[in-house]
Amino acid sequence: MTTTSSAPIAIEKRGAFRMFWTGPAMRKMRRNPLAIGGLVITLMFALLALFAPLVAKPTGNCLRDLNMTSQNQVYNPLAAPFWSAVFAPPASCYKIQRLSFAQEPAPPNSIPGATAPFGTVNGYNIFYGLVWGTRTALKMAFIIVGITLVVGVLIGAISGFYGGWIDNLIQRFIDVLFAMPGLVLTVVILTILRAKNPGGDPTWPIILAYSVAGWAGYARVIRGDVLKTRQLEYVDAARGLGARDLRMILKHIIPNSVTTVFTISVLDLATVPLGIAALSFLGLGFEPGYSEWGQLVDFARAWLKPEYWYVLVFPAAFIILFSLAFNLFGDGLRDALDPKTR
Amino acid sequence: MLTASFSGSSAWFQVESPLSPADPEAPMLNFTIRRLIQIPIVMIVLSFIVIGLTQLLTPEQRAAPYIRSEQQAARLEQIINERGLRDPFPVQYGRWFSNIVKGDLGYSKASNKDVVETIRERLPNTIELALLTAIPILLLSVWLGTLSALHKDKLIDQILRVVVVLGYSLPTFVLGIVLLAVFYAYLGWLPGAGQLDIINQFVVGDLKRYTGMMTVDAALNGRWDIAWDALRHMILPAVTLLIVLSANLVKVMRNSMLEVLTSDYVRTARAKGLSSKVVNVKHARRNALLPIITLGGFLVINLLGGSVITETIFAYPGIGQWFVQAALQLDIAGVLGFTLLSALLVVVMSTAVDILYGVVDPRVRFH
Repeated sequence: MTTTSSAPIAIEKRGAFRMFWTGPAMRKMRRNPLAIGGLVITLMFALLALFAPLVAKPTGNCLRDLNMTSQNQVYNPLAAPFWSAVFAPPASCYKIQRLSFAQEPAPPNSIPGATAPFGTVNGYNIFYGLVWGTRTALKMAFIIVGITLVVGVLIGAISGFYGGWIDNLIQRFIDVLFAMPGLVLTVVILTILRAKNPGGDPTWPIILAYSVAGWAGYARVIRGDVLKTRQLEYVDAARGLGARDLRMILKHIIPNSVTTVFTISVLDLATVPLGIAALSFLGLGFEPGYSEWGQLVDFARAWLKPEYWYVLVFPAAFIILFSLAFNLFGDGLRDALDPKTR
Repeated sequence: MLTASFSGSSAWFQVESPLSPADPEAPMLNFTIRRLIQIPIVMIVLSFIVIGLTQLLTPEQRAAPYIRSEQQAARLEQIINERGLRDPFPVQYGRWFSNIVKGDLGYSKASNKDVVETIRERLPNTIELALLTAIPILLLSVWLGTLSALHKDKLIDQILRVVVVLGYSLPTFVLGIVLLAVFYAYLGWLPGAGQLDIINQFVVGDLKRYTGMMTVDAALNGRWDIAWDALRHMILPAVTLLIVLSANLVKVMRNSMLEVLTSDYVRTARAKGLSSKVVNVKHARRNALLPIITLGGFLVINLLGGSVITETIFAYPGIGQWFVQAALQLDIAGVLGFTLLSALLVVVMSTAVDILYGVVDPRVRFH
């Protein structure tokens, strides 16, 4: 803050971030140890996803595609492979490292010369699959939530802003989409896309299926908030000043209506990966051998005997920890933002 | 909200009344009729969208379900023409619709049977599992939710809240596999997969089928051993669904109860000197149960979504398992059949919930 001699009382000017951080909601949140614990673990998962190449080092084709000669080159941030491994790894890096072609699982650290602290199943390195699977999960979550958020918010805002027959049409269409359980709609679209291009890369079909099934929920929520926002005086003021509809929607209506939807979308960053894991578990998601959580749980179905405990325990613990941490954080966030519980 | 109902987390979508609020003075009958008329409309629009989606496929790809032998594959073009797969979409939809009216939903590659026949065979199994699960879920969540709210911030509430978060953090597929590993592979207490032990599978053909539900039919035939066997096979899938689905309901019940407990009329009742038991049970809980009606609707939808995963894990021959098989084998007729069936169940259920709500809570009718 710059000093102005004319001001008798210096009012502390707080930036937007500090306002948010010291506001009542965040103060409440900070006093909730479970929520903070959840947030810390969630952030660790995010770091793990980003730095997957440093935790589970590139091997085989991935190493070659990164133009690396030795695995440890990835630790050198001055060289190009570090940056391409972290920010734009080639597709081959998402293939789970295969240590052998033996069907039977190998216990943790039993394979000489290889880093497999969680053991292997079908020859796949479970540790590698989980670490890179985290990256797959969060990558998909951000893409899908991003697309659905933009589409849902735009359509919902248009629906609420214009009202009348446009609103009616959009809302009745959403009703029809809601008549199908979400999983069912996703699988229908996914099946048709897979039938169209059998054996193709499932990434975009999954993203598309999720986006088509997911935007309606956001649209419904934001419409309700827009209906409230558009009653406010400053909207009338903007209209009086001659603002066009598009400008009103983008500059005034949407920014003042997105809080609820935004909270929901943060929580969806956890539910989307779990949904995709469930799809892969059913065999409808990524192809076998792609680093993805659901795959690894699916492998465990064939090896349920206690002596193969590691095949199930590590992937299950990983997924449950992620889900639990995010839900603890999410519950805290919801409590903190909900005026009723204040 | 993208919340995937099948991952075991909170419901994918809200059961909202698709209906604009009833007219101010609309009597109950009017409300009911308007609500009922919507069922066929929603179903027709939905089928139009879903059938429209299949038009993304080429005629050759859409002909695939009709081809079951090499000879048929050789006359692909003829089949496409016979079935009119190159006709304009409205014509194809009209043909599909008239088939539906005749009760023909096509042939499912995944089950090697007609779609309608598959549904008739498998739906009772899914309903049986759902019934076995739904009642305990409702009782448990009402009880625990009330308990938690009445002892707000006490130890029991804290414990229940943590248990609830744990419960809905467990993805259905992970929980199912873990239960299978513990109770089947490790402890050996419960059977692993399927609907019956192998020995009983041979005698099942002799049973006279009344309802299609295995336990009921076996009991009606006096074969209590088979009924018990079928029940044992349903325990693990039922427990999986119970844990995942009741967690959410406990939370909703708790919140609803808390809201009622702070309301004016409950305070009045206490001020009148009524015993806390009477206030809690008669005044508070009865009104807190309102959201549970909505949740009954939720439950049906989530049981449907959940059945897809649990039935697959436990190889239980219900419609959910068939749906996954159909999707895996790119059996479009099977996938569409399941979709329309589940949509019908959801729409009918949410209509029933709305009407019931109108009966129970007059504010819905009159505002």
